[in-house]
Amino acid sequence: MDLQYFFELFFGGLTRGSIYALIALGYTLVYGIIELINFAHGEVYMIGAFTALIVAGVLGMFGFPAVAVLIIAALAAVLWAAAYGYTIEKVAYKPLRGAPRLSPLISAIGMSIFLQNYVILAQTSDFVPFPRLLPDLDFLEYIGYIMGPSDFIILVTSMLTMICLSLFIRYTRMGKAMRATAQNRKMALLLGIDADRIISLTFIVGSALAAIGGVLIASHMGQVNFNIGFLAGLKAFTAAVLGGIGSIPGAMVGGLVLGLCESFTTGYFSGNYEDVLAFGILILILIFRPDGILGKAKVQKV
Amino acid sequence: MKRIVKAALVAVWFMVLTFPLMGIKVNSVAKTLTWRWDRTALMGAATFFLALLWGWCFERKARGLPIISLPPGGAGRRPESGPGVRRGILLAVLAGMIAMPLLSSIYQTNIMISALLYVMLALGLNIVVGLAGQLVLGYVAFYAVGAYTYGLLHQYFGLGFWTCLPLGGVMAVIFGLILGFPVLRLRGDYLAIVTLGFGEIVRLTLQNWSSVTGGPRGISNIPRPELFGLQMGIEESSIYIYYLVLAAVLITILVISRLKNSRVGLALQALREDEIACEAMGIDVTRVKLSAFALGSCWAGFAGVIFAAKTTYINPASFTFMESAMILSMVVLGGMGSIVGVAAAAMLLILVPEYLRAFSEYRMLIFGAVMVLMMIFRPQGLVTGEKRRYRVPGENRARQTVEASHEARA
Amino acid sequence: MKPVLEVTSLSQNFGGLRALNDVDLTVREGEIVALIGPNGAGKTTFFNCITGIYTPTEGDVFLHMPDGEKARLNGRKPHKITAMGMARTFQNIRLFPEMTVLENVMIGRHCRTRAGILGALLRDRGTRREEQASVERSYELLRSVHLHTLYNETAKNLPYGAQRRLEIARAMATEPHMLLLDEPAAGMNPHETRELEDLVREIRDSRKLSVLLIEHDMGMVMSLSDRIYVMEYGSRIAAGTPEEIRANPQVIKAYLGEEAHA
Repeated sequence: MDLQYFFELFFGGLTRGSIYALIALGYTLVYGIIELINFAHGEVYMIGAFTALIVAGVLGMFGFPAVAVLIIAALAAVLWAAAYGYTIEKVAYKPLRGAPRLSPLISAIGMSIFLQNYVILAQTSDFVPFPRLLPDLDFLEYIGYIMGPSDFIILVTSMLTMICLSLFIRYTRMGKAMRATAQNRKMALLLGIDADRIISLTFIVGSALAAIGGVLIASHMGQVNFNIGFLAGLKAFTAAVLGGIGSIPGAMVGGLVLGLCESFTTGYFSGNYEDVLAFGILILILIFRPDGILGKAKVQKV
Repeated sequence: MKRIVKAALVAVWFMVLTFPLMGIKVNSVAKTLTWRWDRTALMGAATFFLALLWGWCFERKARGLPIISLPPGGAGRRPESGPGVRRGILLAVLAGMIAMPLLSSIYQTNIMISALLYVMLALGLNIVVGLAGQLVLGYVAFYAVGAYTYGLLHQYFGLGFWTCLPLGGVMAVIFGLILGFPVLRLRGDYLAIVTLGFGEIVRLTLQNWSSVTGGPRGISNIPRPELFGLQMGIEESSIYIYYLVLAAVLITILVISRLKNSRVGLALQALREDEIACEAMGIDVTRVKLSAFALGSCWAGFAGVIFAAKTTYINPASFTFMESAMILSMVVLGGMGSIVGVAAAAMLLILVPEYLRAFSEYRMLIFGAVMVLMMIFRPQGLVTGEKRRYRVPGENRARQTVEASHEARA
Repeated sequence: MKPVLEVTSLSQNFGGLRALNDVDLTVREGEIVALIGPNGAGKTTFFNCITGIYTPTEGDVFLHMPDGEKARLNGRKPHKITAMGMARTFQNIRLFPEMTVLENVMIGRHCRTRAGILGALLRDRGTRREEQASVERSYELLRSVHLHTLYNETAKNLPYGAQRRLEIARAMATEPHMLLLDEPAAGMNPHETRELEDLVREIRDSRKLSVLLIEHDMGMVMSLSDRIYVMEYGSRIAAGTPEEIRANPQVIKAYLGEEAHA
């Protein structure tokens, strides 16, 4: 096997993995705070991609320059996805606080199905071509033989986003409040942290990250449909679990590891069972090491 | 007034929220752009009223009032008149079901067959989710196992329907146990995800293992069930299958209601209510969980075989996660653990979109909404309170006291 | 008197935390023994350890069976331990809330009955007879805790004190010879507490079992128990009759003293 092929797979895996990581962060943030698998998260990612597609389409028709289209479309995607995330929480999860554990999960599954079909009805159930929003940067040509320019942009953008998130969580007031709430919700309440606001914020941040991932991947793949959120969501959830759900660095590492695994199996063995691999990893991790690579074991309370 | 302002704000919020997706349609190939203001306006109006209704529902919920009150099924209120009336209704429904294929077209018979198959599936899932409280999201995998058991055994060994029916059940049970063993220790939400992954793995394997399963094209020319070597046209055959499914559903109902009220059934329900207390009461949780998986998957296996025989053609596309979610929403709507409720919900959710053409597009949208709304406003499902009556020593006195306490509260 | 429950140098670690440290405890036939100590002393952990919810890190737990056999409980699963004749209640009530009062007790009968899936489907004579026997037995138990009139009520609708009594009836349905009660009087008013005291005594006398209970109500502990063990910070700090405990300076300092100040 030659080295160039190896590097192609390696960077392909990193690109793919960094998208998984972006979406996985949304799962992990929400799980960390309200212990809910936000099933509708994949749909927020899909809606982000669709919003970018529509806004870019409108702007393109009015003849905006490519860079402006990219920036405005991405911004719109982030804003609307955040709004969707916020609304989903208010409608489907907030009324269920304190309900038995499975109720919000079933509600989340319902929300996910609802949103998919909402997009089918509002737009279409077919694949829609996505405009090539990512610019071809000339200076990237010399690395072109191991990774495409869009790969490079995806990698850099998602890394930058993750660094920003880490800084936000670590240093800002709201980030600190989020961490506190994740560790002990009751205590945080006693200390005067408004848990409802923090939960909303978590959904907004997670959804915004998913939208960035959605725009990046959609312009890389060149098409979207209503169903892209399901698979991407599940894989991102796998990544989150792999890294230890609730852990932010865990989600990043998990995403990258999963991306690399997929890329190498596809490259060296066969692409047919790529998804089976992801689900297999998910099941094995949940069964044998449910706290993930970077998670901590918890004692069950009686 | 405050409520109206609030509802108006909600309406504006939703108009903005849904504007890009609902209000704009871009065709990038034809380079056309359609603004659909009418839809956005409609959205605003609809959400305005929904917001009012939403607020009203929450107020009622906060005051502890029921949002929907159903007269029958709310048993326990009047144990004397309950069973008689209910038996009458059930007998009437049964008579209608038996007469149905003779009175209606083959098209409608076919719809009814698939509705009944869903009743069977929903009742099977009800054992696992409703009685035992194990949220399984990959239930359709066992349905697929049943269908492919028949398809493959017929294709490679020429086995017939009646041989394959029990085998399909057995294969599904084996798969249920394969899934059941490793997930024993998993908590509720992790269990849900693992079973979802399992379901997808089964589907993807069927799709990619082309040399054996025919890949995405699936298996065709599966024979319909035979009846003592009788030659049947498509119409007779459909009617035959209809009665077959009806019988299967009746057997399912009989088995599950007996199971529910047995020692094993009580253990299943205890598991749903509190796993730790269940163990402390001397119940072997491992065994009970595995029984739940085995019993639940068994019905899906049978239903799968019948499905394959009905359609004569199967492919992996029939066994997606959406299918599992649909079956789950029937259980949720009907009421976890309730047999009548789940059966009725399955019929309702299949037949209403089928007969009201206007609804059929919105079918899955409704399924999703049903799951969310039920969890919020009526998590116990439409039909609840199917309390079983036990014969206790000194029954009459005790009953009077219970009655008295009921009246005192009412 | 013969011992029924024998615990020797029991320790439990959670990660780096030592929740139980070298605890010895014996309950003899027909005794009512109390386990007391400040919150967080490790009393409930002790219960969880001996009933199989946790596996002890070190030490031994023995249960003497009525036939004279001595069984080691370490590492056995909770349901096995219950089947061997040691039943428990929970500090934070763990009933089966959506099921009826009678059904709650009937579930306690699970490990003493046999009917399987086949029996459930066929509903043969044996199964029906077993079920009816189970109903009657459970009803009798409900009568003994004065809940029989409410047998068809949903468990979650019972008042708090009644839920505690139902938990005891449910535990009794497993036919234990060793009964563990985790704060049975918590949340009860003085009148209910006195009734509970009588109930525990009566159960002990009529069913010939031994009782180990965790309790904070000192009045109840002192009047009810034959012997008392005191724990603090996961260790046993004293053991003896109520009089001895009342006079023990270490206990007064650690526990009663704290209470006296408050």
